[in-house]
Amino acid sequence: MTLDGLLQRHGGWLESGPAEGPVISSRVRLARNLRDTTFPGWASKEVRNRVWNEVVLAFDRVPENGSFLRWRMDELSALDRDLLFERHLISRELAERQAGSGVFVNEDECRAVMVNEEDHIRLQSLQPGLNLQKAWEVADALDNALEQGLSYAFSSKLGYLTACPSNVGTGLRASVMLHLPGLVLTEEIKPVINAVSKIGLAVRGLWGEGSEASGHMFQISNQITLGKPELEIIANLEQIVLEVIEHEKNARLRLMEKQEIRVRDHVGRAYGILSNAALMTTGEALDLLSALRMGTDIGLLPGMARRDIDRLFIRIHPAHLQKEAGEVLTSEERDIKRALLIRKFLEAK
Amino acid sequence: MKCDLCDKEAVVHLTQVVNGEMKEIHLCEEHAVAQGIDLNSPISITDILMGLNGPQKNFANELSLACPRCGMTREEFRKTGRLGCPDCYKTFMAELTMAIKAMHQSGQHLGKIPEREGVQTRMKSKVARLHKDLEAAIAREDFEKAAKLRDQIKKCREEGAQDDGGAK
Repeated sequence: MTLDGLLQRHGGWLESGPAEGPVISSRVRLARNLRDTTFPGWASKEVRNRVWNEVVLAFDRVPENGSFLRWRMDELSALDRDLLFERHLISRELAERQAGSGVFVNEDECRAVMVNEEDHIRLQSLQPGLNLQKAWEVADALDNALEQGLSYAFSSKLGYLTACPSNVGTGLRASVMLHLPGLVLTEEIKPVINAVSKIGLAVRGLWGEGSEASGHMFQISNQITLGKPELEIIANLEQIVLEVIEHEKNARLRLMEKQEIRVRDHVGRAYGILSNAALMTTGEALDLLSALRMGTDIGLLPGMARRDIDRLFIRIHPAHLQKEAGEVLTSEERDIKRALLIRKFLEAK
Repeated sequence: MKCDLCDKEAVVHLTQVVNGEMKEIHLCEEHAVAQGIDLNSPISITDILMGLNGPQKNFANELSLACPRCGMTREEFRKTGRLGCPDCYKTFMAELTMAIKAMHQSGQHLGKIPEREGVQTRMKSKVARLHKDLEAAIAREDFEKAAKLRDQIKKCREEGAQDDGGAK
């Protein structure tokens, strides 16, 4: 399948999953580096190309390696690189790298291996809903399979050695993508972010920072990677995420109890604008779709499926719009296409 | 608030909370710039910890120290906060040990071990894990458990010495 084939489908992590509603997906990322080899940011072109070739060879030993597609960044257009970024398959940093940098993606997009990003290997496993345990198991298995063909830089004291000391040890970054409109509307998001940060976890907006996060989408992840076994790191994160979900649910309940008319107005206006607007920026679309998503969750929009909205959250981004149109578009042309895409989606409901 | 490095007024204030323990750093404009902090861009606490927590002053004259494998100098490492190769962990061990402890509240890996690593590494890691359990048992005054753990550690060490051909 080509990269354009991705457009016709959605990632397997956008299927139904446990605790969906406030939770969109769970992700586990492992950082790995090759023994005796300069890290990508400091390495020559030749070394980076050698690392790429070594990983290509190692993939031969991965079961079902035939289901992985691979792209090198220097062979892709800027638009194609953006498309992979918008689908959460590569980082912005990888998209901007060239020689020897690339990505392996399996067909349902639940597994991806970035090569020559900050570390030689950044392996990720995405699962729908709150399912860090499964995401870890999948990542662990892929890591074991790759290790059959690669020799990792490892020290018994510091664990897996990484380009940045903040990832050393397990090299594990586990994160959960959350939709928290209730906490944003009740203005409780800041204390929640502060409280979560105080226990060694990081909260980031998925699109934009802090409480200003577009689409009310947040990512909570572990900061500490050394001194704890992987399963403990994951269990800690999961427990905090469950608490945040509880707060979000309570916030929504309180909103419906005390300010139901305002909630209906908020969701209804979003629906009205999305159904009629002829021009729509990405930021506006994210915020309005967030209202729609919450409306679906609390039963104000029967006939609308949450997962359809989640897929729309991805398709309204610039590279997706341009790939679907088959041409490069100006900002205004994109706003027109975006508004049209959403109108068509709502008409079909 | 005064700068941590001199008596001038601090203009940069950083706080990081790890495991409930708060770490504060205050710097005057001059020292902030000297630490490579661009006052107009977001700051990485990692980079600061690397510069401040290490015995930086002692190393000031050794910025040219370079990693024998990849050639990265201490100065370059300070600038980016990124290491050049796995061997840099040995080269810059002095400042890294402090920074890593500050970031992770630990200096010992307790997670997964690559299959290719030898029996010795696995044994060392097991002993480290048992030690952590032992400390926890002592802290909660569970001495029965602590005694058991101590015996386990001893046994592990003896087995390890045998596997090693008694070379230790």
